[in-house]
Amino acid sequence: MPEYLILIYEDENGYANASPDVFQQVMEAHTRFAQQVEEKSGKIVSGNALQPTSTATTIRGDVVTDGPFAETKEALGGYYLIQARDLDHALDIAKLCPARFGGVEVRPIMDLSGG
Amino acid sequence: MSTGPGPDATRKARDAARESPDAGGAGRPGRRPAGHDRGRGPAGSDSAAAVADAHRREWAFVLAATARVAGDIDLAEECVQDAYVAALDAWSRQGVPRNPGAWLTTAARRRAIDALRRDRTLRGKLPLLVEPSQPVAGSSPPAPAPGEDDVIPDDRLRLVFTCCHPALAREAQVALTLRLVCGLTTTEIAQAFLVPEATMAARVTRAKKKISAARIAYRVPGAAELPDRLDGVLTVVHLLYTTGHTAPAGENLVRDDLVERAVDLARMLRALMPDEREVRGLLALLLLTDARRATRAAADGRLLLLAEQDRSRWDRDAIAEGIALVPGSLRGGLPGRFALQAAIAALHAEAPSYAETDWRQIVRLYDALLAVWPSPVVALNRAVALALAEGPEAGLAQIRELERDGRLADYRYLPAAKADLLRRLGRRDEAAQAYGAAMALTENDAERAFLGGRIAEVRGQPDPGRATS
Repeated sequence: MPEYLILIYEDENGYANASPDVFQQVMEAHTRFAQQVEEKSGKIVSGNALQPTSTATTIRGDVVTDGPFAETKEALGGYYLIQARDLDHALDIAKLCPARFGGVEVRPIMDLSGG
Repeated sequence: MSTGPGPDATRKARDAARESPDAGGAGRPGRRPAGHDRGRGPAGSDSAAAVADAHRREWAFVLAATARVAGDIDLAEECVQDAYVAALDAWSRQGVPRNPGAWLTTAARRRAIDALRRDRTLRGKLPLLVEPSQPVAGSSPPAPAPGEDDVIPDDRLRLVFTCCHPALAREAQVALTLRLVCGLTTTEIAQAFLVPEATMAARVTRAKKKISAARIAYRVPGAAELPDRLDGVLTVVHLLYTTGHTAPAGENLVRDDLVERAVDLARMLRALMPDEREVRGLLALLLLTDARRATRAAADGRLLLLAEQDRSRWDRDAIAEGIALVPGSLRGGLPGRFALQAAIAALHAEAPSYAETDWRQIVRLYDALLAVWPSPVVALNRAVALALAEGPEAGLAQIRELERDGRLADYRYLPAAKADLLRRLGRRDEAAQAYGAAMALTENDAERAFLGGRIAEVRGQPDPGRATS
């Protein structure tokens, strides 16, 4: 099955100001998401949450700078690499992906096998 | 390459046909005679006309069926274009086949299979994710055309839904539909939308690449997704129509080719999805609006409003056909936005004059339309109808609310409608100002001339407010 990357873009302030309750809900939502992907006959290959952009370091050429590659209101905060039959299937799955302070972007993984 | 030699060859075939004295028959879309048998005239002009006719009627069918075999959009397009060129020669020598679509499909598919055998690497160019056939919910496709050596499945719906996939930008959906479903060249599409050809070519190429790279499946959506996806398809067809109906710029108010393509597409969808009420509604809406086409501009090109149009010149056949579709589109649940717009257009078409139009019923239909489609443009149209049902003040109050809302700040018909109501109330200075605001928002010459005339009219006569001072 082809692979797609679900990139989760969210407003980091949402989490910075979130109560323990909200964190609990987010964790539960991601656990539920993992189950839903299986129910939809998709597969999560991998997935991770990222530390906030305040921890990011950017390198262009050989210049190292503090901060994310691009300053945006909603930053990349995590991802899932999934397997899905086609774009509709991937979008169907991605619609269930928790992103309460933003949204997600779906990108097909480039197939370099030449098949 | 999205602008290979193929489109030019296809255009050559069509141009040849246009020059033939017999080509007129190709201009009437959708009036397919039963069995669509054409004479087997051996003369070259007859066969050229038949190729042009088949280009118009069968392109989508041939390309959709070839794409399934080719598994690659670009390869399918090239093979179909080659098949049309081959038909030009073959039909002039052997006569026009009984089923031109099947002949073309067979020829195009053979070319695709040959190309795949010859060069396996073609397969990786723009691969198309073809799913096996499955029954389509809510529709009963017509029996496949009898092929000359095999049965060809009707894949036109797959093609349409792929072109109008929501993961593609609206402008790309429109371009792809014209290119892949209607068989227009990139040059023609660029001209229709007044963008540089390179821009349109890049738009088409990018969209095809996305279909391939993101793996947008070549299929008709399942029952659960169908209403949303169908609405997207109908929106594209309607957008084509409105773009042609009021060309965004330039001298001609109506760009006939886009309008006819849109009506063709609506007819095709109706034939493929006879049970879908919104498809019926869209076809009715286009027919009823298009019935007024010949009366929308005066001989000198000046725009004529509904109130000024010569109703005796409206196309009664189109009106009868449109009106017959309306009841079925409204029945069986909450009517959709195209059905309701068709019902409004039907009331206009049936009215003996502007004054004798059932404006109160039109206002009620706009209320229903606003409920399913809360658009400020609909609210503006409702305000205009309300002004006719209850007087200009009532309409003006609604328009002021829309001005405060702000979403129509760049919409030329808002100040134009406001100006008209002010003019009818004798508030000439305010009317002239509003006509001027509308003029600043349009580049269509016919519309500019109309608005300029109105400004002269309200300025030319003494303002009653000033006359006393």
